Amino acid sequence: MEFYLQDWVPMASYIGAGLAMGFGAIGSAVGEGYTASEATVAISRNPKISDDILKMMLMGQAVAESASIFGLVIAMMLLFSKFPHQTWITVSVLLASGISMGLGAIGSGIGSGITAGSACKGLARQPGFKDSIQMNMLVGSSVAQTPAIFSLVTSLILIFSDFSSHPVSPTWAAILGAGFAAGFGAVGSGLGDGLVAGAACEGAARQPLAAKTTLSTMFLGMAVTETTAIYGLLVSFILIFREVPATDALAPAMALLAAGLCMGIGAIGPGIGEGFTARSAVTWIARNENHTADITRVMLVGQAVSESTGIYSLVIALVLIFVV
Amino acid sequence: MAIEGADIVKAAAFLGAGICMGLGAIGPGVGEGMAAAKACEAIGKNAKEAGLLTRTMLVGQAVSESTGIYSLVIALLLLFVV
Repeated sequence: MEFYLQDWVPMASYIGAGLAMGFGAIGSAVGEGYTASEATVAISRNPKISDDILKMMLMGQAVAESASIFGLVIAMMLLFSKFPHQTWITVSVLLASGISMGLGAIGSGIGSGITAGSACKGLARQPGFKDSIQMNMLVGSSVAQTPAIFSLVTSLILIFSDFSSHPVSPTWAAILGAGFAAGFGAVGSGLGDGLVAGAACEGAARQPLAAKTTLSTMFLGMAVTETTAIYGLLVSFILIFREVPATDALAPAMALLAAGLCMGIGAIGPGIGEGFTARSAVTWIARNENHTADITRVMLVGQAVSESTGIYSLVIALVLIFVV
Repeated sequence: MAIEGADIVKAAAFLGAGICMGLGAIGPGVGEGMAAAKACEAIGKNAKEAGLLTRTMLVGQAVSESTGIYSLVIALLLLFVV
């Protein structure tokens, strides 16, 4: 069997489009389903404001939907773009941009959906503070979308960069690694951010007077939760933009692919764990504002420890790229 | 493209190291996050015991961290020793 480039480029673009939209559909669908379930519970609790709850649900679902729309956009681009300067790297680029966008949309979709669900729950409890709940929801779920946007940016950079002057081996592996780093790396942070923002929506409903403290803790917690997605983005940019010497050997190529996988998968756990921590901190600051300092301190210490495995992954990824 | 025995062994070691550290980081990350979440909750309920609770959280997280460190050790062994 012989391999022809003109067959493999369209094949890779179809597979990439399938990965982008297939994986990209998971998160938003699960998240919006969660929102709808919380909205029905909220309406049964407080049927008088069913219109407001329905509006809140639709607004939240619209934000959660954006992650899968990114996936759709990338899938369309992969299907219908013309790719000049085709080399064997193009095959890898098309697969990697699909992987990056598809996996990257999972976390943010679920996270934004959780935020919107909590906002519906909070609205049923405290209809008078609709504005502050809505503001928390919109700000929080937009921040929860950022990991998906990192993946989108990586996919677009991959699609529009010209790699034809790079050596085929090991660039193909670096590109695939970049796709995995940006894609898997966004899963944990997207989900974690959503948990934090959801707690802020419920907190604003439970204790409207503490809304300001709750919001600032939410931002602090989300910023820390976001870090592992940023490590993923960093590693994928290094893999995309670093000049690599041409080689026929398999080992240098596998080192670059492994760096991407290591940072991507390694970012999932800390992202989710730090999200759990910050969610609980925001919830309890809303209930017990007097002890904000103690709770914030233990939140940051706990998140720092939870971050450590993400940092180990970053170290191993950088060793794989620069040392071995 | 000539792929020789030593090359493919090294390639497998690199790939193994990356997957080892990547997958190995999931569990401790989630677990330590849960421990810290409950510590925040406990301090919210009983802030007088903040010192004791923080200490307990850190000890628990240190134990949970151990599997992450095992992954790190195995990854470094795969990269530099075998």
